[in-house]
Amino acid sequence: MWTDRLQFFEIMFKKTLQVFAVLVCVLLGGIFLTLLVKSLPAIVSQGIRFVTGKEWDPVMGNFGAIPFVEGTLITSFVALLISIPFSLSIAIFLGEYFKQTWFSSVIKSIVELLAGIPSVVYGFFGLFVLVPFVRSLETPLGITPYGVGIFSAALILALMIVPYSASMSREVIALVPSDLKEAAYSLGATRYEVLRYIILPYASSGIFAGTLLALGRAMGETMAVTMVIGNSNLIPESLFGPGNTMASVIANEFTEATDKVHLASLIELGLYLFVITVVINSVGRYIISKFTIETQTQ
Amino acid sequence: MIKTNMPLRMVKDKASQGLVFLFSVLLAIPLMVILFYVVKNGLGVMSWTFLTHLPKPVGESGGGISNAIVGTLILVGLASLVSIPMGIFTGIYLSEYGNTKTAKYVRLCVEVLQGIPSIVIGIVAYVWVVVTLGHFSAISGGVALGMMMLPVITLSTEETIKLIPKTLKEASLALGVPYYRTMLSVILPTGLNGILTGALLGISRVAGETAPLLFTAFGSPFMNANITKPIQSLPLLIFNYSTSPYEEWQKLGWGASFLLISMIFCLSLITKGVTRKR
Amino acid sequence: MLKSTKIMTVLLATLLITSSIYSAELLGAGATFPYPFYAKLFSEYYKKTGVKINYQAIGSGGGIQQLKNKTVNFGASDAFLSNAELKSMPGHVIHIPTCLGAVVLAYNLPGVANLRLNADVIADIFLGKISNWNDSRIQALNPGAALPNQKLVSVHRSDGSGTTSIFTDYLNKVDKEWGQKVGAGKSVNWPIGLGAKGNAGVSGMIKQIPGSIGYVELNFAEKNKMAYATVQNKSGNFIKPSLEATSQAADVAMPADTRVSITNTEADNGYPIGGFTWLLVYQDLNISTPKDENAKALSELLSWVIHDGQAYAKTLDYSPLPASSVKKAEVLISTLKF
Repeated sequence: MWTDRLQFFEIMFKKTLQVFAVLVCVLLGGIFLTLLVKSLPAIVSQGIRFVTGKEWDPVMGNFGAIPFVEGTLITSFVALLISIPFSLSIAIFLGEYFKQTWFSSVIKSIVELLAGIPSVVYGFFGLFVLVPFVRSLETPLGITPYGVGIFSAALILALMIVPYSASMSREVIALVPSDLKEAAYSLGATRYEVLRYIILPYASSGIFAGTLLALGRAMGETMAVTMVIGNSNLIPESLFGPGNTMASVIANEFTEATDKVHLASLIELGLYLFVITVVINSVGRYIISKFTIETQTQ
Repeated sequence: MIKTNMPLRMVKDKASQGLVFLFSVLLAIPLMVILFYVVKNGLGVMSWTFLTHLPKPVGESGGGISNAIVGTLILVGLASLVSIPMGIFTGIYLSEYGNTKTAKYVRLCVEVLQGIPSIVIGIVAYVWVVVTLGHFSAISGGVALGMMMLPVITLSTEETIKLIPKTLKEASLALGVPYYRTMLSVILPTGLNGILTGALLGISRVAGETAPLLFTAFGSPFMNANITKPIQSLPLLIFNYSTSPYEEWQKLGWGASFLLISMIFCLSLITKGVTRKR
Repeated sequence: MLKSTKIMTVLLATLLITSSIYSAELLGAGATFPYPFYAKLFSEYYKKTGVKINYQAIGSGGGIQQLKNKTVNFGASDAFLSNAELKSMPGHVIHIPTCLGAVVLAYNLPGVANLRLNADVIADIFLGKISNWNDSRIQALNPGAALPNQKLVSVHRSDGSGTTSIFTDYLNKVDKEWGQKVGAGKSVNWPIGLGAKGNAGVSGMIKQIPGSIGYVELNFAEKNKMAYATVQNKSGNFIKPSLEATSQAADVAMPADTRVSITNTEADNGYPIGGFTWLLVYQDLNISTPKDENAKALSELLSWVIHDGQAYAKTLDYSPLPASSVKKAEVLISTLKF
């Protein structure tokens, strides 16, 4: 009798664990299905035009996502470009040069604090401090001094993804086997040479994966971007011009889409964001896990 | 490959080190500027009235943000209610059955879930909860935030339990303690600090989220404890007030930013304290 | 540990019980144009009656959409629903006018105090055909003013908005090219310019950007001490936007359902870009407000808004309803079912 009850609990416990774990997968599947079903009206009515169209015109019922796709790609790639020197430096700083000093803990805290600031506060700061600053740069350059626009959004985004990609790259750099490094040092290599010819080549796939994950994060970032990008539904005319990203247009128009196709089109944008992030995350995680296993088996 | 040109090699070495140093330190500048503005504009707004009163309509001075403070606490509470237990159980599963095929898919799902943009989570919460219930509500906001917390808690629980020495579990099992009791009464309490850290991390991640609340929690000018009604939250208030043209509101927005950042930083300090004790 | 859990449970229970004790609570959403007016009205109404009204200014388009979804008790819009829109709603929707507002062209051009514009110039600014402040056509309208050689930045609404609807309705009436290229609506495909969310967002953007011009509700320009333009009306007079000039324009025969456009008015001294703003409810209130008490509270609120509430309009730079409109609205409110 006693063992029966015990066994019952035992099985129940294991089953509970499994149920919760499977629930997470169901949740993810549910998210995908929900987005797919709810965007069907747009998929049916707009068809391929949705991904090739350059016009987003709710009055005429034309929904072409190109302006937002371009806006998203430009802002996130520019942000990535700006952030790479910083994130890589920090990763090398913390992962190799100044591993356990008091100074590295200062830098670590800076990165953590940057990661802790909410998106909406970045946007607030961007709107009131960064945008006037960018505008003051634009006036002497002879560019229409909007201040808000793709460039401001990319700057804020860069700041937001540095902590993320830095911590990913740092982990990877720290995993580089020390016997490799020590061998190089014993041959008389300088630190730069070790970095250039041993660490970076060895960790490159991992760093690439970290950067990919940071890109995924930048593409989905909403609030800060919405607040400083200028919200124009046209294809951005220049790096300093106003634009909109897929995420920011959802934030702007979701509560007010008056007809079914408009709402569905916004959800379809969400669906693409979802698919893109799933792909980016799966690939990124796959590379990193492969990298980790390789280093551990060596 | 490396010709012995010592001076040049040394210069390169120093230059690269200098660059790495420079870029790392440069990053402190934007942080300082942000904190400077938030503190400068926000600290002056802090007062008892600010913390305990409701907002006033435009044009009347004074007023506070008590509804947003309470709202944020309620939203985070609702999110924790489901995501913490679920995250812990899933985390245990991953650490115990980590090498099975199912577990690999589960882990992938959790990691992907972590990467989903918050605005997409907002859409889903809108469709699932707001449309089903027929109105905006605190619950829908809590569901959205919960979905964002879940992966953080799951992954940190997994990490924590993996770090607990196998011998502990084996000793307990060898003494004849059944498996489920071993997990619940030996392993979980041992890893409590780590799990707590995960929960706090999750909370500080979602406490500042705005995008998924735009069309779920929706906002309210009143104090509200009824979770089936729309509710205000700090990030939502910051968004609305910062984009408004009224200077009084912008001031309140800075105050709210100061408060929100302080809350999140305090949480991360507590998290650190907990980790250190471990 | 156990004790504190108990205390927490009791606290939580009391919280839930007290909050579920009945007090009428209404949720509305929509137009940002009358937001300051509604915020004041609803706060006063709460003091008087204890009825909580949560109004979120998400834009007229949003107000209509959320009413259609029945996620709010009432909507608010500065653009009346078209016949097609009315048909698509799940029940018969009634428009209750609440006040009048003027849409002004606010600008940020230090040193130029009283800008004068006419219909063509406004249309061409927003079409992108006039792109510098020293354009000869602006100069011709403002002979004395020292217009700088500065890029002109136009700012418009990024969300679906009744303000946009009033503004584009005006441009649609006065400019042929506008009608062909852009048209009128709550959100249109702007050929140029920056977008910002809400009247508040546009005002904020204009204040931030030197050389910008955009359309906002009069009250927002006044409250923010922004400069705004004098506009030439149909009879050729240059009219400074004001409550009086808007009321003059509103002096038209109102149809029984109160859906009427007053842009490009015939009145000699009427300001040409203005309009009514409406609260939207289902004639059968129960469609969006299932609880009887709440439905009753809603109809009482509507009646208060068109009568006693009007007293607050002027202090907030809105024109109160003309007596004839109040009569029409009274009739409509009496047809509400709950």
